[in-house]
Order: sequence, then structure tokens, then C-alpha cells
Amino acid sequence: METSAALAPVVRLAGAGRSFGAVRALAGVTLAVSPGECLALVGHNGAGKSTLVNIVTGVIEPSEGEVRYLAQGPRESGVRSVAQELSLAPNLTVAENLRVPQRDLRGLTWRRTARGRIRAALDEVFPGHGIDTESIVADLTLAERQMVEIAMAFATGGPAPRLVILDEPTSSLDASRAGQLLDHVRRFRSGGGAVIFISHILHEVFAVATRIVVMRDGGVVDDRPAAGFTRMGLVEAMGHVAREEARTARAAPGGAEVVSSPGGLRARAGEIVGLAGLAGHGQAEALARIYLDRTSDWRARGTVPAAFVAGDRARDGVMPLWSIARNTSLAALSLLRRAGLLDQGAEARLASEWRERIGIRTDDTRRPILSLSGGNQQKVLFARALATGAPLVLMDDPMRGVDVGTKAEVYEMIRVEAAAGRTFLWYSTEVEEMSLCDRVYVFRNGRVATELAGDEITEERMLAASFEMGEAAA
Amino acid sequence: MRRIDIRLLLPVLSLALLLGAVFWMQPRAMSYTGLNLLFNLAVPIALATIAQMLVIMVDDIDLSMGTFVGFCACVTATFLHDTPLLGALVLLAAVGAYAALGALIEMRQLPAIVVTLGMSFVWSGLAVLMLPAPGGASPGWITAVMKARPPLVPMAIVACVLLAVASHLLVTRSALGTLLRAVGGNARSVARSGWSVVGLKATAYGLAGAFGVLSGMALVGLTTSADANIALRYTLLSIAGVILGGGEFTGGRVSPVGAVIGALTLTLAASFLTFLHLSPDWQIGAQGVILILVLAARLLVRRRAAR
Repeated sequence: METSAALAPVVRLAGAGRSFGAVRALAGVTLAVSPGECLALVGHNGAGKSTLVNIVTGVIEPSEGEVRYLAQGPRESGVRSVAQELSLAPNLTVAENLRVPQRDLRGLTWRRTARGRIRAALDEVFPGHGIDTESIVADLTLAERQMVEIAMAFATGGPAPRLVILDEPTSSLDASRAGQLLDHVRRFRSGGGAVIFISHILHEVFAVATRIVVMRDGGVVDDRPAAGFTRMGLVEAMGHVAREEARTARAAPGGAEVVSSPGGLRARAGEIVGLAGLAGHGQAEALARIYLDRTSDWRARGTVPAAFVAGDRARDGVMPLWSIARNTSLAALSLLRRAGLLDQGAEARLASEWRERIGIRTDDTRRPILSLSGGNQQKVLFARALATGAPLVLMDDPMRGVDVGTKAEVYEMIRVEAAAGRTFLWYSTEVEEMSLCDRVYVFRNGRVATELAGDEITEERMLAASFEMGEAAA
Repeated sequence: MRRIDIRLLLPVLSLALLLGAVFWMQPRAMSYTGLNLLFNLAVPIALATIAQMLVIMVDDIDLSMGTFVGFCACVTATFLHDTPLLGALVLLAAVGAYAALGALIEMRQLPAIVVTLGMSFVWSGLAVLMLPAPGGASPGWITAVMKARPPLVPMAIVACVLLAVASHLLVTRSALGTLLRAVGGNARSVARSGWSVVGLKATAYGLAGAFGVLSGMALVGLTTSADANIALRYTLLSIAGVILGGGEFTGGRVSPVGAVIGALTLTLAASFLTFLHLSPDWQIGAQGVILILVLAARLLVRRRAAR
């Protein structure tokens, strides 16, 4: 890239960082993206990629360092981004959607201009796309929507696109459409455009990137021309320094099989089974399916077949207006019934018993749940699940935002309960938690990609399975 | 537009069906005067429905529409009649208040349903202060417009067609209307593109206020006097009209032409029930039944289409 180094970079970050409260999402990143460059950004979940993208697109302000653009701001400099979550307005037509980012679409003939621009972009990026620019976005398939969104980023109009950020752009495209996109990225780049490319599909990264930036824990750990990397080397660069922590050897449980899902998930009694992989690759859905299959019988009464521990406490965990005791007993109400009414004495006993067993730090379980710290609220959710006596416990990333001390206590609790014959299905993006499991299923694109057992559960193996390594496209 | 929206088919069909039933029962309605009488009261309802639609379009709902139209009617029958300049200023201030409400709702992330419910008491209180008892008089020019007798087609139909075309151009065709609909569809994406969602919501509410004012004026033009409680039913009628016309409560999916047709259908449903010699005690319930039937038909059509 000797020729492009002479050109002024579209965006330049100097020691840019961002903290959210006590969490440092991005720590002092210095980076410049020049015309004619395709920079691939790789890293595990929470490595800081999206924070970096949000700073470059101007969605969030850096709390330290500075960001310089070619022109005044990101929009004037032609910085455009295709976000991972779909950002089209589903109630508008394809052409009408172009009106949102492009301010110069005004006047009486704006529709004709918009139609022309989006059709030209679609024809150029995805020849033979077959998308009518007058159809309502809600009526398009997921792949078509993603194609429209990508085409919008490359469309002419407004300030011309100079830097296009593609965040997992091929996640719903088939192989031939993905190939067309990669071709276009190369064309765009040779025409003097710059691209930031984020993907978990490594062969795509190697197909288009001129430079690869590896991120970990909010910082850039490696930044070299793409030719300087091999696939395995890249995966290793993303991982943590290998922590040689002795696995506590557990006798492989030989209980009866209690879970056998059509997706290939199996678990025996007394087993701790991990669901690993990058966030949002179908683990939570797999858990929900297993849980709902077992608990959706409206005639159910008495024993509880399965219990669920939510990770997103605020959304599907705590009942914010209720007391600690009521939050604890919620899932076990069918066990506390006496003549159709709730036995309040039994409820109070259950709550205080679990306060002792799991160490919830409060002097009175009648206090509101929100008087507890986040870690202790999470303990209440664990107590809620364990108090049901359910033989199967499903956990959806339950340690999010929980402090180290609480984690250690809960890990111990899980081990004890598993030894007593309970089965745990545990989704987490934390490698440390997966290494506590007897077996781990690594998910990719909504399916089980690999099964690891015992000593095979290492960060390298899980990362390698999370990222697509093969030559053949998905 | 090359294709006609399928969503419009059902409102058009239900209107045609009702109209057919009315003509069958009362052939004399099939005349210039008959049509004018049938649809006269539809004009203010259609205006209020468009106002409601503009609020629903940005994913909110306005529960103060009825009392607001009543307030505007009282201003028209008193201030606008006695001191036209002051009356115009008051009505302009009411539009400004609507825009401010929209900005406030977005800025403080308040639920529109609560804010507008509260405002409904404010509007109705102000209206009672102005006109404690029914009274006032309509400014002559408004009555002249509303009671005009254009050749061939009655005024009510002309006004409704004009309204449908104007609001279609404003909401569906214009660049501003497209942006406002985008707020209902994906507000986050609009904000990320650098637009002020607060400003856009204020615009939508301001436009809604303007149509509400027109509705109040049109109502006075027809009744020639006003009363604080004259338009209480408009809140629910306007919401029902938007939904009948193919709109949806969320997601910015609205149809201005459909909304006008929805308002016409609701007005006609009332006349139809009168022709059936149904006691007024039962009319509101029967109107509800018609509404449920149309919405059920829409649900079935959607399900079929989704398959």
C-alpha cells in the first residue's frame, strides 16, 4: 500500500478510548484508514470492535483521545456503515429508505432520483438481484434486505461514499451473493474507496483484506498487512494468553440421558453442558426451545420439569417491584400451594433457606429486590431456579455483570448440584465458564458446529470452531 | 404509482358494501341531496382521522383528539367569529402547543397515551371556560364553504376527495412525509443518520394539530354553533378510522387515502343503522360490531397473504 500511504486518511484515531462507567470498552486505539485500503477488524465478542465502529461513525463520542476526519464530520467525509442489526425502515419502499441517510433527496422529483440511485447501486454490487425498488422492505426476504442495505451504503448521492464499514455483511447472504459483494469491495477499493470489514468468516477476511487489525479486551493487539497472517496465527492472536489452570477433574457422569434435541444437543443426568460460540449464534434460541418444550403444558401442576436462569436480569429476570422472597419463590409457586392458595409460611421458609444456602446478602428477604447489588440479584435468580427442584437447569449467560467473588460461589454451587444429579445447560461467551463444563457444544450460524469434551475444551479449539475456517462458503 | 396497494382493497370494499346496503334500503339517498346528507358529517371526522393518523404514524396515539376538536370548535364559534384576528392567533397557538407536546413526548420519552389523556382534560376544561353552555355562531365564510353546492358532486364528496389527495401527497409522496414515516418504522436508524427525532415528532404533532383545527372549523361550519362536548366521540372514531383504512398502531404503516375512506365508512355505518330503525341506545354497540367484522376480515386476508 505504498501508493495509498501518501493519500490523506479518511479517518484517523489518535489514542481514542471509551469507558462506560467502570468498564473500559475501548482503550487508547491509534489507527488510520486510508483510501484504497480494506481493513479487516477481527476479535472475539467484547473485544471492542463495535465500540470502535461506533466511534468512527460518530454514534458515540470518545471519552479520551481524538478522531479526525478528512472533511468536517463523519457524514461529510463519506463515512457510511452497514450495521449488524438491520437498520432499514420496514414500512417504507426500497427507494424511500434512501431518503433517510441522503439529505439531498428533496424537491418534486426526489423519488425518481432515489429510484435511479438505489437501482444503479444494486445493479453494480449484486448483478441480477431481482429486487423491485418500489417494493415495501417488510415484504423482502432477509437476504434481500441485507442486499438493499449494502447497496445503500455504496449508492451515490449526498457526500460520495469514501469509507464503508461492513459489519458481518454476509450473515444472511448465500455464497454467490457474498462472492459478488467481495468482488465489489475489491472494485471499490481499487477505485480509491476505503472499507472496514468485520466478519467471523475467515476466508472472506483473507479474500478482501489488505490489512488485518486484531482486537482484544478493548485494544489493538496486532496490525499488519493481511499477507503477514496465517489462519491459525490469526485465531491465536485473537485468544487470550493461555491460562494453564488445572481443570478439576470430574468423574464423567454416566446418568440417563435427559436432553436430546433435534439440533444434536444431548445431556445426561448430573452433567454440566456448555453452549459456546460467538454471541447471537443460536445458543439462546436453543435453550429457549428446550425449555419451552418442557414447560409449556398449561395443565402442568406440581413438580417443575425445568428451570431457567436469565442473564438479562432487567428484561427477563427480576420482578422489580417484588420483594426478594417473592422473587425467589416465583418458579416454585406450584410447590407452595395449599388448598389452591399460596402457603405464605412455606414461602418465607423457602426464601430464608435459600438466603442461607446461596449467601444472599440481606438481613430481611421482605426487602425489595432492587435493594440488592447486581450480583446478589443474580443469586436470587439462581435460587429461584434451584428452589424448584427441577432436574434440568438452563442458564442463558447468567454471569453477565457479576463480580468475581459471586461467580466463584455460584460455580461451586453448580458443581455441588450437578454432583447431586442435576443437569445444567449453560450458555456463556466466557471461556473460563466453559472450562468448568463436562462437555461443550460450539454454535455457529444457529447450529452446533463442534462438540468438545474434557481436555479438548480449550480457548483455541472453541475460537477455531466459532470462526469459519473452511474454503467452502457456508 | 404502478401498483395499487392491496391494503386499500378492504376499506374500499367495506365502504362499497355499506353504500350498496344504504341505497337498497333507501333509494332516495341516491341523489345529490341524499349523498350530501349522508356524508356531510364525514368531513370533520375525516379531518380528525388524518390528524390522528399523523400521530399514529410516528408510533404514538392521541387520546385528546376529540376534546381538542371540541376546543377548536368553541374557539371558532366564539373568538374567530367575534374577533377574527385573536381567534386565528388562538388556533395558531393550539397548533404550536401540539408541536411542543410532540417534542416533549420524545425528549422525555414519555408515553404518548398518558400525556394526551392528560391533555384531553386540559382541552375540555378550556372549552367549557369559553362556552359553558352550547352557543356561539359560525363565521359566515366557513358556513359558506361547508354549505356550498358545487355542480354535479356534493360538497362533502369534493372535500373528502381533496383531503385524500392532499394528505396522500403530504404523507406518502413528499420527502418530509417519507422521513416522518421512517420515524415510525425505525426511529433509531433515523437518529443515526443525523436527523433530530425530536424535531420530526414535533413536526408530525404540529401537522396533526393543524388538521385538528381544520376539523373543529369544519364542524362549526356544519352545525353553525358549538358546545364543549360536541366532538367527544371523535377520539375513538378517528382511531377506528385509521385502523379501518388499513393503518396499523405501530411501525409507521398508515394510508391517508384509506384513513379518509375509513372515516366515510364509519359515518355511513351510523346512517345505515338509522335506516334500520335501530334504537339509538343500540347504535354504538352495533357500530362496534361492524368495526369488529371489518377488522376480522382484514386479519383473515393478512393471514391468507402471509401463507
